[in-house]
Amino acid sequence: MATMAVQMDGGPDKIPLRLKLQRVERRRKLMSFTLVLPLLLFILIAFVWPIGRMMFNAIHDDTLLTLMPRTTSALSAWDGKDLPDESAYAALVEDLKQAWARKTTGVIAKRINYELPGAGSQVTSSARKASTLSAGPYRSTLIAINPIWGQHDVWIVLKRGHSAYTAYYLLRSFDYQFGSKGQIVASPPENAIFRDVFLRTFGISIAVTAATLLLGFPVAYLLATLPTRTSNLLMIMIVLPFWTSVLVRTAAWGVLLQEHGIVNELLITLHIISRPAELIFNRVGTVVAMTHIQLPFTLLPIYSVMKTISPSYLQAARSLGAGPFYAFWKIYFPQTLPGIAAGCLLTFILCLGYYITPALVGGAADQMVSYFVAHYTNEDLNWGMASALAAILLGATLLLYYAYNKLVGVDRLKMG
Amino acid sequence: MIAGALAATGLMAGALIKPALAGDQLTVVSWGGTYQPILRKNVFEPFSKATGIKITEDVYSGDIGKIRAMVESKTVSWDVIDAASSGAWIMCDQGLLETIDWNKVGLDRAKFGDAGKFNCGVPSQINRTIVYYEKNNPNPPKTIADLFDTKKFPGKRGLWKNPYPNLEWALIADGVPIKDVYKVLNTPEGVDRAFKRLDTIKNDVIWWTTGAQAVQLLANRQVIMTAAWTSKASNELFETMWDAAQGGFSWWAIPKGSPHLEEAYKFLAFAGSPQPQADVTRDAPYGPANKDAMALVDPKVLATLPNTPERDAIAVNTDFAFWIDKGDELRQRFNAWLAK
Repeated sequence: MATMAVQMDGGPDKIPLRLKLQRVERRRKLMSFTLVLPLLLFILIAFVWPIGRMMFNAIHDDTLLTLMPRTTSALSAWDGKDLPDESAYAALVEDLKQAWARKTTGVIAKRINYELPGAGSQVTSSARKASTLSAGPYRSTLIAINPIWGQHDVWIVLKRGHSAYTAYYLLRSFDYQFGSKGQIVASPPENAIFRDVFLRTFGISIAVTAATLLLGFPVAYLLATLPTRTSNLLMIMIVLPFWTSVLVRTAAWGVLLQEHGIVNELLITLHIISRPAELIFNRVGTVVAMTHIQLPFTLLPIYSVMKTISPSYLQAARSLGAGPFYAFWKIYFPQTLPGIAAGCLLTFILCLGYYITPALVGGAADQMVSYFVAHYTNEDLNWGMASALAAILLGATLLLYYAYNKLVGVDRLKMG
Repeated sequence: MIAGALAATGLMAGALIKPALAGDQLTVVSWGGTYQPILRKNVFEPFSKATGIKITEDVYSGDIGKIRAMVESKTVSWDVIDAASSGAWIMCDQGLLETIDWNKVGLDRAKFGDAGKFNCGVPSQINRTIVYYEKNNPNPPKTIADLFDTKKFPGKRGLWKNPYPNLEWALIADGVPIKDVYKVLNTPEGVDRAFKRLDTIKNDVIWWTTGAQAVQLLANRQVIMTAAWTSKASNELFETMWDAAQGGFSWWAIPKGSPHLEEAYKFLAFAGSPQPQADVTRDAPYGPANKDAMALVDPKVLATLPNTPERDAIAVNTDFAFWIDKGDELRQRFNAWLAK
């Protein structure tokens, strides 16, 4: 009976209503999917894929595998205990000859230099000399050419080169490296900088986030409570910096904070200090300039949440006997939390990627992770390190976001 | 695979909107700023007039990562680049530049002295990193040791955020004769000694990365003296100290895979020839790299050049073979030292 009713409802073409509805629903979904498809494709092609591919460089490095094919394959059977046998030396000579002829020794030397600082130039000079060798025994000849080939560690590096995947760059980003037997050891102190750099990056980001919150909250409150005309005017002043480039704003801080700059001159004239204070090219300058740039990002979400809080709650609290501070703290402040959370998260995550501001107003010891990513990409051409550092920063950010979501709940964030 | 990926990472747009390959044209890339108009007037325009090859200019700031991306993804849109010191050495070492066929250039390689020993470029000019200080300074620095003397010269000093000339200068300040600098720096003890000396001024240094920053630091009296590349503006604004001046080189180089190799070689031959090299000196105080150009330089500007015989006598003759060999290692150490 019921089936019949449905079939009758389905009309003359005998298609049940349920299916018809489903079909309409599917078409609508397809339609909306088609509408977002261009953006989705754009994000995939121009964002997700290239970033993913670049990150892949953090673990993928086939330099030695492709440029020293004979040596790496000869070493795959080597047990790594004593020096390898004659066949490995013969393979090495072949590879070095080929590298010399194809002018790829520089690339090989650079790769070996990462793991064995100083070995690169020995490899190059060995290649120059090996290019003239014609007959064995290669082992004793090579060791005579350069004692490095009588050492264990360079062979271990070459053996690791048999795999196109390496943990070297990621280890290095945490100040670890491979030891002479292939075990993981701490980097020597003169090269161990990255743990500091990551801690510094998070430290500066936390400091800037806290500073923007302290400065931004009262202003947001003022904006939300003042009459519209005044608050609009103030709002324009807050948004105004957005119309100037970050570079210009950072450079402006240089003028203000330098040794004979406006701030120092003013403080000296007022007899607050007798000698110019060091305000720039150090942590102070970095945090001040970053706070200025990030202020609106923290302030605006708080403001828009405050705008939605009805004044009657506070009035009710006051009329029930709460003091002004008690009413504010117990009634008003908790309602602004979603805005504070959104503003702080936005600022914190943006701060993690700062590059140009610390470069211009910070000192050498204030550079954040992005600086090293840029340095390795653009100046040193060590893309493995650049990718590893970037991947770790991205991973840490996602992890923080996840923890934040678990603790606060992203759906509770309010941008307004 | 890498090539394909790179095309997407950095050069997607470049690959898509690659200009149609017109017949005789060349994309030449230099450093912009006040320098590029000088090149335009004295090198690019005369070259176009002489050969009929049109030059399209582009600007970079030494970010050689872009060039690696171009070469590896085989989408090279820069035909000739103005490559300076370490950037040039790294690119040559990594196989990103054409090895120069001097027969094709048609110039005498020996005329370029030390700079001509580089395999991947035709020398364009010689500059120097020197010490500038304020005019009317009652206590002027006289030697490079003064740069390292924070007792006699208290205050901040500006230095180039780069291993050279700082390692060389540190050793000279520490008593190493100029001619032995590279011998000492070639030993682990020598490197330690240089860094130890740099340690003594680390808290008194403001590091700069661009030429304009160095000038700015001194002009704003943020520093009492600064290392800086020689420039016309600085020479007018400040006093110069030439002791242990470090020679820097620039080369015209061709990224591997340039689609206009023939035209690029024609450009290298022209830009390396005496007349344009001499002409540039009228507007910029750089020394011509081609020794024959010295005879064509206006006697009035001769004294402003960084490579006069008196200045050459007290300069550090940069051993770029050493830097190609050891640069990687020393750069790693220098940057770690800086970041601490």
